[in-house]
Amino acid sequence: MARAAVPGRLTWRAATLAESRPETATARTLVLDVPDWPGHLPGQHVDVRLTAPDGYRAQRSYSIASAWSERGRVELTIQRLDDGEVSPYLTDVLEVGDQIEVRGPVGGWFVWREAQPQPVLLIGGGSGVVPLMAMVRARGQSRAKQPFRMIYSVRTPDDVIYREELPRRVRDDPGFDLLLNYTRRAPDGWPGTPKRIDVATINSHGWPPDFTPDVYVCGPTTFVETAADILVALGHDPKRIRTERFGGTS
Amino acid sequence: MMELDGNAMAGDLGEIFAFDVTAAQYTCAGCGRAEAIGALMLWGQQMGRVARCPHCDDVVLSLVRAPGRVFLDLRGAVRLELPLAGS
Repeated sequence: MARAAVPGRLTWRAATLAESRPETATARTLVLDVPDWPGHLPGQHVDVRLTAPDGYRAQRSYSIASAWSERGRVELTIQRLDDGEVSPYLTDVLEVGDQIEVRGPVGGWFVWREAQPQPVLLIGGGSGVVPLMAMVRARGQSRAKQPFRMIYSVRTPDDVIYREELPRRVRDDPGFDLLLNYTRRAPDGWPGTPKRIDVATINSHGWPPDFTPDVYVCGPTTFVETAADILVALGHDPKRIRTERFGGTS
Repeated sequence: MMELDGNAMAGDLGEIFAFDVTAAQYTCAGCGRAEAIGALMLWGQQMGRVARCPHCDDVVLSLVRAPGRVFLDLRGAVRLELPLAGS
């Protein structure tokens, strides 16, 4: 017998793929219709659950990429991991009209709230840019005035997710700046050579610690730890640094 | 290999608690430092998770799922500090 849902308790609900967009050769944005979606804060995520015909279930947590709007749609950007169990299905197999189960929004720590008055520094590695993009979109949507800086590290120019929207927002969203950092191959004519983010990157393109910015770092574990260590060494208050790490969410 | 952090437990903890535990601060029984549950280092798989303190590696909590129930072990947290709504 099905148990009645307790009000306010987190439950699974059906989501229908309304449309999708390729972002890179290996990343795809899913636009999901989720009836009665309660809304979300930028930085929150959802759990996605797939059930095979034989009843086998797999569950993963994905960051929400979109800012909340009245349309009730939720966008997830999924990076395909070739040996993954869930992500290749979401990037390559799921078709418009198909349903998956989602639970959320969840997570109240790695979130940005418009009421936070401080400038914001976003540091993303690879698909770690996804929850940061939700913050940039939310800021743009509400025309918030807090200045945002984003440092986004990718391997090559082909790996840049939101490659058209990010430069457009730099142009159209006052107070939003972006530094793209390339670790393996930079575009032709790029000043400097490819390298991982280091003290100079964050010192030159972040905010001075005196500005007491709220800092959000998301990416693979080693990336997050490196960036967090640099921030603390530069004098940023650890209490203002929020991190989200993923190794290989498959 | 560690794949995730405490943020990824928000869904499973949200099934049990009416408030968002990942935004709570725990005080570690091992090293005494206070940190957000979201910052814990998460090991294991969906059916069984162990979350360790990022400062001293001690086990702070574990979450094990069984059919129809869940076991939450909070042995490594001597205290939880929870934000109240509206604050």
